[in-house]
Amino acid sequence: MVLVIIDHADGKIKKSSLEAATYAAELAAQTGTTAEALIAGTISEDASLLGLQGIKKVHTLSDVSLNNLDAQVHTAVISEAVEKTGATIVVFSNNSYGKSVAPRLSAKLKAGLVAGATALPDTSNGFVVRKSVFSGKAFANVGILSAKKIISLNPNAFHIADGGQKAELVPFAASVPQPKVTVTGTEKVTGEVSLSEAEIVVSGGRGLKGPENWYLVTDLAHALGAATACSRPVADSDWRPHHEHVGQTGLAIAPNLYIAIGISGAIQHLAGVNRSKTIVVINKDPEAPFFKAADYGIVGDAFEVVPKITEAVKKLKGIS
Amino acid sequence: MKILVCISKTPDTTAKIAFSDNNTKFATDGVQWIINPYDEWYSLVRAIEIKEADPSTVLHLVNVGGADSEPIIRKALALGGDEAIRINLEAGDAFCIASQIASVAKEGGYDLILTGKETIDYNGSSIGGMVAELLNIPYISHALKLTLDGNEVSCVREIEGGEETDKVTLPVLVSCQKGMAEQRIPNMRGIMGARTKPLKVLEPVAVDALTQIVSYDLPPAKEGVKLIPADQPEELVRLLRDEAKVI
Repeated sequence: MVLVIIDHADGKIKKSSLEAATYAAELAAQTGTTAEALIAGTISEDASLLGLQGIKKVHTLSDVSLNNLDAQVHTAVISEAVEKTGATIVVFSNNSYGKSVAPRLSAKLKAGLVAGATALPDTSNGFVVRKSVFSGKAFANVGILSAKKIISLNPNAFHIADGGQKAELVPFAASVPQPKVTVTGTEKVTGEVSLSEAEIVVSGGRGLKGPENWYLVTDLAHALGAATACSRPVADSDWRPHHEHVGQTGLAIAPNLYIAIGISGAIQHLAGVNRSKTIVVINKDPEAPFFKAADYGIVGDAFEVVPKITEAVKKLKGIS
Repeated sequence: MKILVCISKTPDTTAKIAFSDNNTKFATDGVQWIINPYDEWYSLVRAIEIKEADPSTVLHLVNVGGADSEPIIRKALALGGDEAIRINLEAGDAFCIASQIASVAKEGGYDLILTGKETIDYNGSSIGGMVAELLNIPYISHALKLTLDGNEVSCVREIEGGEETDKVTLPVLVSCQKGMAEQRIPNMRGIMGARTKPLKVLEPVAVDALTQIVSYDLPPAKEGVKLIPADQPEELVRLLRDEAKVI
């Protein structure tokens, strides 16, 4: 059985967990078994809807203390669930929750972990999972040698299915240890699209000349329903907050569409964004290295071009 | 207060990524090696800052690697730290690496263990969590800030779309990222001093690997950029809708 661990925040299942659920269901079909899910903590959504992603059974452990992450506590609970349900493969999303918990679970269960998977495993000869390495510049095909296996799926690397029947809900009873980590505060950037889960990202670089010109990026992002990002020099100059920095030493993202405005495309920047499905580059320098990594490009002055793109998008979407 | 900082050797951020031996090995010809930036810029420098604030702090560095790791270990010692331990094992499977570090950590009785949030080569984000589990201590991942008050540690960590503040009592393992500290350049005094700092070499403990890399490959090359005239931005929007189907 394949068990997917569902991450949630503010009562809602995260989009990356729906991708992981779909992945788990397709992996189960591939290996001739079924997929089940575990929700540790409380959600306000109907958990049986995970059936749409192909999940047959959802184990719910409705303990509010689990809405906070203490990786040690979550590992203990998931480990108990793996044992009681007889799961042989555990799937996480490789988001902040998966990165905190999956390695601990791997060490606890002595189950080989591939973190950052980008495709279903090749099970024709062993169990080989493809993952992104060298900050998106290459892939490694990694064999898991242990009987129990853990896969953390990169966000935006897999589709979300919505064709299945409702899943059966099964309350799961586990002894929840006392957490040692106390969450004393959470600060969320509200009203903006989360960068790591965004399908479209609009990003700006030094070519925009100063923070006062960021309306070019945010206006286009609003029109597209996109998240905003920036290059390292921009974050280092405090034009934009650090959490918007994408690149080798910032966040690595893989949206469907990445629009880079006034970013030259240094190799370190490309490392964080080159898994994007479609890349658009707008730069006045025709020699900017980013054009080599782009699908579409406009050589031109961002101050003239970008507002026109924003207008064209608004027209397309009927916003004016 | 005893701190252990885990140091990994990675190719330079501008290194050409290519593979040899029928795509089963990373091609190291001409590659410059550096301390993994997350280990150096964030966890090591933050540990040095803690030691500067309280000079009684003992700061050890640990690396799992062959003798070719020693230049980057010396560089780390030039930045700070009292001594380093190298476990003589070519780094491969994450669980093997974590087991080596856990074994050193158990022996040393450290209060605070720091790692980078990931290495820039394998991007596994796995070592910290595995070591914490093997030591049965709490783990705070992707921390942007770390402050100490006696035995109490307060961390700000990144979560999707925001930040979270966590409190925990030592001992704890924290993985560090941008925001934690500012990059430093070793000075001449540090470089000279590093030559005489102890660098112990330990033989690895026997652990079975849980994973093994079968092969590598490079992403398919882009077909080439389609340039759109600057005066026809609506054509770009049309292509994104009708051809790329992304809006």
